[in-house]
Amino acid sequence: MGTGRADERKTTYREAMREAMREALRADDRVFLMGEDVGRYGGCFGVSLGLLEEFGPERIRDAPLSESAFVGAGIGAALSGLRPIVEIMTVNSSLLALDQILNNAATLLHMSGGQLPVPLVIRMTTGAGRQLAAQHSHSLEGWYAHIPGIRVLAPATIGDARHMLAPALADPDPVLIFEHGSLYNTAGELAPLSSPVDLDRAAVRRRGTDISLITYGGSLPKALAAADELAADDISAEVVDLRTLRPLDDETIDASVARTHRAVIVDEAWRSGSLAAEVSARIAERSLYELDAPVERVCSAEVPIPYARLLEQAALPRTADIVAAAHRAVD
Amino acid sequence: MAEFTMPSLGADMDEGTLQEWLVRAGDRVRKGDAVAVVETAKSTIEVECFETGTVGKLLVDPGTTVPVGAALALIEPAGEPGAPKEREKPDKPKKRRRGDEARPEEREAQERRPAAQPAPGPAKEPVPAPAGVNDGVRGDEGPLIRHLAEQAGVDLDAVHGSGPGKRVTRADVERAAAARRLPARITPLARRLAGELGVDLSGVTGTGRDGAVRAADVRQAAPGPTAPAEQESSGAAAASPSAERRPAGMREAIAGLMARANREIPHYYLSTTVDLTAAMDWMHEYNRHCPPGARLLPAALLLKAAARAAREVPALNGFWTDDGFSAGRGVHLGVAVSLRGGGLVAPALHDADTLELPQLMAGLKDLVHRARTGRLRGSEVSDATITVTNLGDQGVESVLGVIYPPQVALVGFGRVVERPWAVDGLLGVRPVVTATLSADHRATDGAVGARYLTAVDRFLQSPEEI
Repeated sequence: MGTGRADERKTTYREAMREAMREALRADDRVFLMGEDVGRYGGCFGVSLGLLEEFGPERIRDAPLSESAFVGAGIGAALSGLRPIVEIMTVNSSLLALDQILNNAATLLHMSGGQLPVPLVIRMTTGAGRQLAAQHSHSLEGWYAHIPGIRVLAPATIGDARHMLAPALADPDPVLIFEHGSLYNTAGELAPLSSPVDLDRAAVRRRGTDISLITYGGSLPKALAAADELAADDISAEVVDLRTLRPLDDETIDASVARTHRAVIVDEAWRSGSLAAEVSARIAERSLYELDAPVERVCSAEVPIPYARLLEQAALPRTADIVAAAHRAVD
Repeated sequence: MAEFTMPSLGADMDEGTLQEWLVRAGDRVRKGDAVAVVETAKSTIEVECFETGTVGKLLVDPGTTVPVGAALALIEPAGEPGAPKEREKPDKPKKRRRGDEARPEEREAQERRPAAQPAPGPAKEPVPAPAGVNDGVRGDEGPLIRHLAEQAGVDLDAVHGSGPGKRVTRADVERAAAARRLPARITPLARRLAGELGVDLSGVTGTGRDGAVRAADVRQAAPGPTAPAEQESSGAAAASPSAERRPAGMREAIAGLMARANREIPHYYLSTTVDLTAAMDWMHEYNRHCPPGARLLPAALLLKAAARAAREVPALNGFWTDDGFSAGRGVHLGVAVSLRGGGLVAPALHDADTLELPQLMAGLKDLVHRARTGRLRGSEVSDATITVTNLGDQGVESVLGVIYPPQVALVGFGRVVERPWAVDGLLGVRPVVTATLSADHRATDGAVGARYLTAVDRFLQSPEEI
C-alpha cells in the first residue's frame, strides 16, 4: 500500500478512505480514530484494517457499543483541542447519538458565542443494497442535512473518498461523512489531485444538454449508468453529484438546470421530506422559468427497506427507474 | 331606411371585400359602432356605421368584393316610423363565404338563435354563470361585444364585466377568449420563451405530456425564416384569418402607393433647423407637475406645431385629385407608425390642430397602440389630410419623405439634438430639430412650403400658445 503518490493507480473506495485516514493520522498527531470495532476487527466494513498495527491503540480506539457515549467523547476531545474521527457503524445506529450531534456538536459554537468550536469528523455508512434489513439499510443523511451548524458530505467516487477527509478535518465545525455501503468495493483509478476538494461545490460528473440527473452518494453510479442508457436513446443527460448535502451548492444546480431545462433527482432516501424534496423546492424557487417539464424524483419506496433480495432491489431506485423518469421529462 | 355602404378607406381604394359582419339583422346599432370588417389591399379595417338604429337587412355576404359606395346593409334609423319594435329574425342565415353553403344543421342552429340575445339554446353549451356574476344587465353589450363573444365561444353570462354598470367590455371578452384558447398546460420555460419571442400561445399545439406546450413547441411557432409573415400578426388579430396575410399584402400596398407617389408627384424638398430651447424648457416645466403617465414627449409638440402650421397654410393640407387641389376639411394629421413586423401605417389624428397638448399626447399614444395591434378605425385610415413622419426616435437627424397620395405634403422631423447655436451674436448649446417638408409641386410652389416651415418654427418658439 503506497502513500498518496501523485500518479494514477488502481484502488478501491474502501482503500481510498483508509488511505485518507492514514494520511491524516500521519500528518497530524491530534488526529485519532474512535468507533465500534475499528481497531482489532479492522472496522465493520474493513475501512480501518491495519491502522491499529500502524498507529497503536492510543490513536485507533475501539469504543463500547454506545453511540451516545463515544460520540460525546469525540465532541469532548474536539473541544479540548484534538481532531477526532469518530466512526459510527450505520446511520441507523447514529440515531442513538443524535442528541450529541444535534444538541451538542451542532450548537456549542453558537451557544458559547463563538468560543467553543467543535472540529469533529463523524464517518458512518448509509444506504441499502446488501441485505442488511430495515435496521441497517436506511438513508437518513437528509435528516442531518437539515441541521444548521454541521456540514454533511457524501463522497460518491474514489477520488472524493480519498480527498474529502483532509478538508473535513480542517473545517473548524463538525463534519458528517456518509459512505454508502455499496460503494466500498468500487474499484477504479485514483486520479492525482490537481487541487484540494472544495467542500462548497457540487461536481458535474458528466456533461449533458437535455436533462439533469441530480444525485449523490450511492445513487451516483446508477445515475451514470442511466445517462449511458439515455445516450443510446439520443438523450444527453448531465449528471450532477451534490457531494456536499449541507450546505447545498445552489449555483451548480441552477447552472445545470439552466442548461438542460429538466431535472430528475435521484435520492435513495424516502421521497417525503427528503433531500430530493429540498433540491426540488430549490429548483422551483430559483429556476422555475428555466423548467420545461415538471421536476421528477426517483426515491426509495416508502417502506422499511426489506431484507429479501428481490424486494430490497425493488424498493430502491434502479437505473431503469431513472431512465423512465428522464423519458417522462424529455419525451 | 338608410343604406350602409362600402366606405372609401383611402383615396386610392375603389373596392373592398366584406370580410365579416359584426352585426345581424335586428341588432340595434349606435353611430360609431363597428358593424363590419372590410379588407382592403392595405389592411383589414373595422368599419363604423353612421346611423343609430336597427339593422334591417344585410345585403352582401361575407367574402364578397364590392365597389366603394355599394350598399352593404339597410339600417332603420331610430325613431323612424316603421322601425321594428321587436327583434326580427334574421332574413337569412349568415353564410361564411360565397360558395360555401352552411350545412343544414348549422343553418338550423343559426335560425333557432334569437338575434339579439345571448344564445340560450342547445346550439352552444354555455358555462353556467357563477352566482353574482353579471346578472341583470345582459343585452346591453352592443352588437360588437355579442358578436365577438359568440365568435370566440365565450358565454357572456359567465364573463365578469369591467365596464360601466358591470357591462362586459371588449377587453373582457378578449380576456375570456384568450383564457379559453390557451393550451391547458404550458411549462414555465415555454411561457417565458413565448414572451421573449413574441409568440402567441393560443395558437401553439403542445407536444409534451398531457398536451403541455414546451419550449420546443414555442420555438417551432416562433417567427423564423420560414414563416415570418404568419406569425407576426397572429397576436394582433387572431380572429380574422385575413389578418394573417397582412404583412405581405401591406408590403405590396406600400410598394404600389409609394411607386405611384414617386412616379406621379413632382416632389420638392425644403428643410430648416428649429431651435427647441423654448419648447423643451416649457415641456420640462409642464412635465414636472404631471404624473408620469401624463407627461408630454417632444413628438406631441412637434405634431401640434405641424398641425397648426397646416391650418395656417391650407394649400398644403388636402388632396390632389383629378388634376386639381381640394383643401381638407379640418386638419387630420396622418402619423406614420412603423409596425413591429415591418410595414407602415399613417392613421389620422383627427383635428390635431384643435387638440390641447395633453389630449394630443393621449390620442397619439392610443393611435400608435391601436395601429400596432391592428385595431384602427376606418375613418382613421382614410381621413388624413397631411402626414407627419417622426424618425427622431430612430436616431436620424432629418427625413425627406415620399408623399402619401393623394395628399400633397409630408412633414418630417428628425432627432432632437444638442448643437452649437448662435443666438444674438453669442454661441450656445441648444436643442435643435431638423424639420423638413416634401411637397407636391403640382399643388404648391416653394414659397408656400417655406411659409409652412416658418410657421412650424414660429409655433415651436411659443409652446405655451400652441
